[in-house]
Amino acid sequence: MSAGTLYDKVWDLHRVAELPGGSTQLFIGLHLIHEVTSPQAFAALRDLGLSVRYPERTVATVDHIVPTTSQVRPLADPLAEEMLATLEANCRQHGITLHGIGSGRQGIVHVIAPELGLTQPGMTVACGDSHTSTHGAFGAIAFGIGTSQVRDVLASQSLAMAKLKVRRIWVDGRLQSGVFAKDLVLHIIRILGVKGGVGYAYEFAGPAIEALSMEERMTLCNMAIEGGARCGYVNPDALTFDYLQGRPAAPSGEAWDRAVAWWRSLASDPGAVFDDEVRFDAAAIAPTVTWGITPGQGIAVDETVPTPEELDPDERPLAGEAYRYMDLRPGAPIAGTPVDVCFIGSCTNGRLSDLRAAAAVAEGRRVAPGIRAFVVPGSEQVAAAAEAEGLDAVFRRAGFEWRLPGCSMCLAMNPDRLEGRQISASSSNRNFKGRQGSASGRTLLMSPAMVAAAAITGHVVDVRALLAEHPPTVERQPPLTPALP
Amino acid sequence: MSTVPLPAGPIAAHRGRGLPLPGADIDTDRIIPARFLKCVTFDDLATGVFADDRSERAGDHPFDRPEHRGASVLVVNSNFGCGSSREHAPQALMRWGIRAVVGESFAEIFFGNCLALGLPCLTADPADVTELQEAIAADPGAELLVDLEAMAVVLERPSAGEKRWPVRLEPGPRRMLLSGQWDGTAQLVAHDAELTATASALPYLNGFR
Repeated sequence: MSAGTLYDKVWDLHRVAELPGGSTQLFIGLHLIHEVTSPQAFAALRDLGLSVRYPERTVATVDHIVPTTSQVRPLADPLAEEMLATLEANCRQHGITLHGIGSGRQGIVHVIAPELGLTQPGMTVACGDSHTSTHGAFGAIAFGIGTSQVRDVLASQSLAMAKLKVRRIWVDGRLQSGVFAKDLVLHIIRILGVKGGVGYAYEFAGPAIEALSMEERMTLCNMAIEGGARCGYVNPDALTFDYLQGRPAAPSGEAWDRAVAWWRSLASDPGAVFDDEVRFDAAAIAPTVTWGITPGQGIAVDETVPTPEELDPDERPLAGEAYRYMDLRPGAPIAGTPVDVCFIGSCTNGRLSDLRAAAAVAEGRRVAPGIRAFVVPGSEQVAAAAEAEGLDAVFRRAGFEWRLPGCSMCLAMNPDRLEGRQISASSSNRNFKGRQGSASGRTLLMSPAMVAAAAITGHVVDVRALLAEHPPTVERQPPLTPALP
Repeated sequence: MSTVPLPAGPIAAHRGRGLPLPGADIDTDRIIPARFLKCVTFDDLATGVFADDRSERAGDHPFDRPEHRGASVLVVNSNFGCGSSREHAPQALMRWGIRAVVGESFAEIFFGNCLALGLPCLTADPADVTELQEAIAADPGAELLVDLEAMAVVLERPSAGEKRWPVRLEPGPRRMLLSGQWDGTAQLVAHDAELTATASALPYLNGFR
């Protein structure tokens, strides 16, 4: 039962038919594609003799395989070039808009769709990428799909789906200064577990959520999937509408007013019924860092790596594997753990506000000797906006590399990767074994500000200590809407 | 790697040897590391299955042990297939030769990806999964019958007799596998009139009127 929730309202609006298998055929309002999970779908479509049903409802970009040092064509890696060329050919053949390298609109698919105004409240959004949950920040129902389903959406603009239950995650209070949406979501996953959300959509609500910027809401919803929830969402409000207004794909004129009225009506009703509810207090959350090999293995920066005795018996085998892989000692403080590589970017934390938060830490400081630190903006628009306010110069002066947009070392499908047993402080979303490109490489997940602090000190440190001794000169500012070329 | 034909048509049962793979939260990055995703077809994915885990264990990984060569029923623990939505993960398992997966629980996207390929993911109680993994380890040559009609996994041991464990699968996916309608594109395409009706009532496709 989830009557009166945004999830139910959007589900009902998009129902096409009930299928014999017991699932529902759901219309997909926005389909996003990229070079990794689409080529086989287009090939399958050709094999079936089908065409793309609503080419104007699919939008493409290239993100996973793009290099961040030089994006000159042909790309240096022939496999990457083949994937990009295949995407270009498929988009051309089927009349799909592709925001390619150098267009001014290229970037990580979950960064560009919101900034272009493509993602809107009340839509169903699907993409062959699990972090599609990001788009739930707008009050959309957005979820990742596999390649067979990409084929299905191309062929029919719809999917066979089973309805989820809805868990409301109510967050009271306000996040402390120096604590970010990333810390909040790592904390939620730590408490509810990486499989706690299986079978659920997560509705994030409460005063702390309403106080988050749209970019912070995207960070939060982005990692719903790391908690097992296929989608997460925030009810649309004035902040959502302000973000959207004036963006290229957003409605305008009289349609804008009608849109806002409709969007408002979609928010969960005051008397909405939830299948489950959990509560958190934002004020009690500290900067959070993972110590293990799943995003649920996180602790506050001032805590110690849990000992087996401190864990539930069923968590102990995985913890044992994590101690060995990470080479971290149970009972040891996580603060002070030396790092080798610092990565700021990804669909979780590669937006302008993330770069501002990291730059506020880097400003006037230097990356510690021996540390490789780099910043990868989430999109060409983010890069342009950051450069317009001089963030690239702040990072460069501090010894960070300033790179070109893409997914980069979040999953290391491009040349950016860890080597050997290197350990990274990373603003990305997954600390799985081997995730960052080395089979024995290690990842500590944290907020972009915490990554910047680790780069400066050379080890895991509470960013609040740095911020206290050196008040940030880059204050939180309203989100920019950079002019498009 | 596998010469067994890929799944087609109704899937009521599968018979094959078991492959126990203990461990919780085994993610799709481990099943198929990202570097193997640099491809435009799924054809060659079998070589990448568990590539990093296997190299770490230098021949001692279940997918490398000689006694499990040719096995086709993977037996896993909880939250198997979590993480990335990459269909490359079930594709790699399938092309290696896996035809059914039995486990405590599965990540949702992974489960759906498997279903779309005709690869049944059946759940069983944790104690039963452990018992099944141990039974396979003790007698890796024994055949398993994965029976979607009877909803059971049966270990067929010529000497020690058979041993049976109950398994679960939601009625919808079960019907889809039994009827052969697990690959649903045709069904979706068939409802074009209903699709058009739904689209014509969506405010954001109609000027928010």
